[in-house]
Amino acid sequence: MAMNKKKLLTVAAAMAFGVAIQSLIWLGVLNAYYAQVLTTMSMFIILATSLNLINGITGQFSLGHAGFAAVGGYFSAIITTRIAPPLPGPIVFLVSLLVGGLVAALAGFLIGLPTLRLRGDYLAIATLGFGEIIRVLFVNWKFVGAAAGMWGIPGYTNFLWAYAIAVLTVLFIVNFMNSSHGRACVSIREDEIAAETMGINTTRYKVMAFTFGAFFAGVAGGIFAHLIRLLHPQSFTFMFSVEILLMVVLGGLGSITGSVAAAVLLTFLSEALRQFAELRMVIYSLMLIGIMLFRPQGLFGTKELSVDMLAGMKSKFKFSKN
Amino acid sequence: MKRKSFILIAMLLIASLLVTACGSKPAEAPAAAPAGGDEGPIKIGGIYPLTGAIATFGQSSKKAIDMAFEEVNANGGLLGRKVELVMEDNKSAQADSATAAQKLIQQDKVVAILGAVASSNSLAAAPIAQEAKVPMVSSSSTNPAVTEVGDYIFRAAFIDPFQGQVMANFATNDLKAVKAAIMTDANSDYSIGLANVFKDVFTKNGGSIVSEVSFVSGDTDFNAILTTVKNAQPDVVFVPSYYDTVGLILNQAKNNVGFPENVTFLGADGWDSPTLFELAGDAANGHYFSNHYSPDVDSPEAKKFIEAFKAKYNETPDALAALAYDTAYMVFEAIEAAGSADSTAIRDSLVKIDLKGVTGAIKLNEKRDPVKSAVVIKIEDQQQKYFTTVNP
Amino acid sequence: MAEFLQQLINGISLGSVYALIALGYTMVYGIIRLINFAHGEVYMLGAIFGYYAITTLKLPFFAALALAMVLCAGLGVIMERIAYKPLRNAPRVAALMTAVGLSLFFQNFTIYSIGASPKAFPKMQQINWSFMGATVSNGQVLILFTAIALMIILHFIVQKTKMGKAMRAVSFDQDAAKLMGINVDNTISFTFAIGSALAAAGGVLVGQYYGVVQPLMGTLPGLKAFVAAVLGGIGIIPGAMIGGLILGVAESTISAIGYSTFRDAVAFAILIGILILKPAGILGKNVREKV
Repeated sequence: MAMNKKKLLTVAAAMAFGVAIQSLIWLGVLNAYYAQVLTTMSMFIILATSLNLINGITGQFSLGHAGFAAVGGYFSAIITTRIAPPLPGPIVFLVSLLVGGLVAALAGFLIGLPTLRLRGDYLAIATLGFGEIIRVLFVNWKFVGAAAGMWGIPGYTNFLWAYAIAVLTVLFIVNFMNSSHGRACVSIREDEIAAETMGINTTRYKVMAFTFGAFFAGVAGGIFAHLIRLLHPQSFTFMFSVEILLMVVLGGLGSITGSVAAAVLLTFLSEALRQFAELRMVIYSLMLIGIMLFRPQGLFGTKELSVDMLAGMKSKFKFSKN
Repeated sequence: MKRKSFILIAMLLIASLLVTACGSKPAEAPAAAPAGGDEGPIKIGGIYPLTGAIATFGQSSKKAIDMAFEEVNANGGLLGRKVELVMEDNKSAQADSATAAQKLIQQDKVVAILGAVASSNSLAAAPIAQEAKVPMVSSSSTNPAVTEVGDYIFRAAFIDPFQGQVMANFATNDLKAVKAAIMTDANSDYSIGLANVFKDVFTKNGGSIVSEVSFVSGDTDFNAILTTVKNAQPDVVFVPSYYDTVGLILNQAKNNVGFPENVTFLGADGWDSPTLFELAGDAANGHYFSNHYSPDVDSPEAKKFIEAFKAKYNETPDALAALAYDTAYMVFEAIEAAGSADSTAIRDSLVKIDLKGVTGAIKLNEKRDPVKSAVVIKIEDQQQKYFTTVNP
Repeated sequence: MAEFLQQLINGISLGSVYALIALGYTMVYGIIRLINFAHGEVYMLGAIFGYYAITTLKLPFFAALALAMVLCAGLGVIMERIAYKPLRNAPRVAALMTAVGLSLFFQNFTIYSIGASPKAFPKMQQINWSFMGATVSNGQVLILFTAIALMIILHFIVQKTKMGKAMRAVSFDQDAAKLMGINVDNTISFTFAIGSALAAAGGVLVGQYYGVVQPLMGTLPGLKAFVAAVLGGIGIIPGAMIGGLILGVAESTISAIGYSTFRDAVAFAILIGILILKPAGILGKNVREKV
């Protein structure tokens, strides 16, 4: 009970923070550039936490997240541009995000069923392959503009939308993790054979994690489409998947707060390095190697950053002082 | 352990905040006297792919733009003020183009934007420039949709329909071709756009398309698709792509696949670079492409540009560099003509621009696309030879 | 028939390019189970070193090849010591991310230092042979035979030499190998040196064959070579060869029957199909899990 209250408070505080930021954007205190960066950051939080569900919590190795984001992005854009129901914008947008997410989840389910029998690097390359196949299909699909891409997508996304969905995603994944399903997933990560012996239907849980992960990636794709107002198959290459995986690993596999922190950090880092123009990617890659060498288990390991942990740290710090 | 990680995170966050703060400082300083005002340098933004898949084209555009800015500053700048270029790298990506546009407009307060290269990148940046009412002039985006975004978006390049049509008509009328094959880069909007128009016009002219194949940028082995094309026995092969791949295609067509002498390859302004001849060698001879200008009949502007570029960078400029150079001068000229560095004033004078540029006389039509004639160039002895002029 | 044969030749020559890169990939994977994403970039750097050795230093082709191989072998060892060794006991995905970082670094540093534009690599005199209506060039034959020769040499090194025995021991169990008096660090460094030298050789040969080098030339072939290595059974040297050839022939066949826009999708579909039927690749042994 106390736990729930705390969670509720945290979520309320997080949402209040989002509303405050959005108000600052509306008031013009934060300009459109900051809004763009903050929205991108929220999108990456959704992508990173949802990939963490597959790679960190369930211990599977997926490299195909960009493919699911592409599916979600394209299908949500089809709703808002090709079908465009005569309803108020926010409702259309919400419906389109749901559709994008559901189609991506379906894709995740269909891909997960056969491939999740594979282990480790073989699974990685198979999911990478599916990601690329999805991209090639969009390159050849005339209805969505084929290789030239789709443009003129309405710019429904604003910071609050992306942020609120990011909060909901994190909330969902944290709850999932603490449910019996989530614990089953963690047991698969820790020892698949032991989990199976305990009577856990490993295939079912792996596919479940994969499908949920794909759903949120699809929603993030929809946010992306309505933020950039343009979809192009080249946006969803294998490097995009790697970028998301990077956030998960950097934050710590299995740590949701880690993924959030890493998504925030990498988005800002990428923007902060903008002033170096051609050297930007050189510095970015060097910092990446440096961080990985310094913290191979990720910033947070598998631990979660919480108020309790901070409090614990403080008391420990006091203790060591004495 | 926990403490160590906490300290590390705190350090990283503080470091990134500091870097951001340092980064935004130079932008804050002139904010007191906005660039659109009467003091300080006039700031013009650039969005170009300096890294990533199409970095070659971004870098060559940037060289020409840098040169244009140096020239104009050496001549005393514009309206008695210096001009300053704020160049942003978009990593050849759509999302980064949009963010770069926001940054240039909001943080750097530029009065106009030059760029981007790929149409998909320009299409991501254009709505932002349009909403902020900052004129944006794309140097080499050929998709007609780019300037359709709004009345603040301009371009210096030909649009897809024009060059595709020029080469299709050229194939029918001058080469008397009836069977054509098309090779496209499946990842390039430019390539696909031109190919579609060529296909339409060529079939309307009574010709037939006997083979359509595609490759992706980054490919180096074209033997398989070239064999397919060769067996379809076309009269002409249209390859609307850039010199880096076309050079290899021509080379492999002649030396590996053994195309018969009477099959002519056709291309567009993407072919214009000395690199094409380095990669293709004598396999480039006898083929044709459309371009903005020709070295043998070049105007004084083109001659001056080519010489200055060679002197500065020790290499011959490609079509992208020439277009980027003209793009910069379009904005300079518009600022001079407007007598003000106000974004809306620049837009209003860009509409009426009449510039004698490197790539020809640039006048814009009501869609803010340039109306200029194209030349068809024949490659002989690894040299570009003027063949004919096609007026729009 | 002639067309079929020609496309088969095209496929084999493309496949031998993939195989040449895949050999180094699989070798490194075999010993430390690391997908060395930077391998494609080492291949690119090899080609660039070779290019400068020929054009600026005016070295003959084989001297340039040797120089590029030596430089890249050194680079491989440095790379391993600085970036991978500290992570040997860390989660494997951390080393993978470092590899991605290295790959991005090499790519962008090269773009930064020499520009992104393609450079014409001097080609050797081309000779074409006609063979039942199809054409084969000396360049294609050279690449295929180099790949086969290197595969045999590598196989010999791994199976017959003392170093090879050490490599197999390290691959099997690092701690046990250490107890047996094997210098694990040196063995791994040696593997990286060989793998990187192979990549460089591939880079110079392929640069010479197509006549072009550029900073992004390693990305796509690197990915394809990785696919080839997995297809054949990663860690198994002849598997890299087989995987490369299958991938090359599959890609040419798809282009030949007119589906070139789906080329990459079909290549990956074949890979996934084979993995589902045979989860450890064509030559891979399915390891039974022990509890």
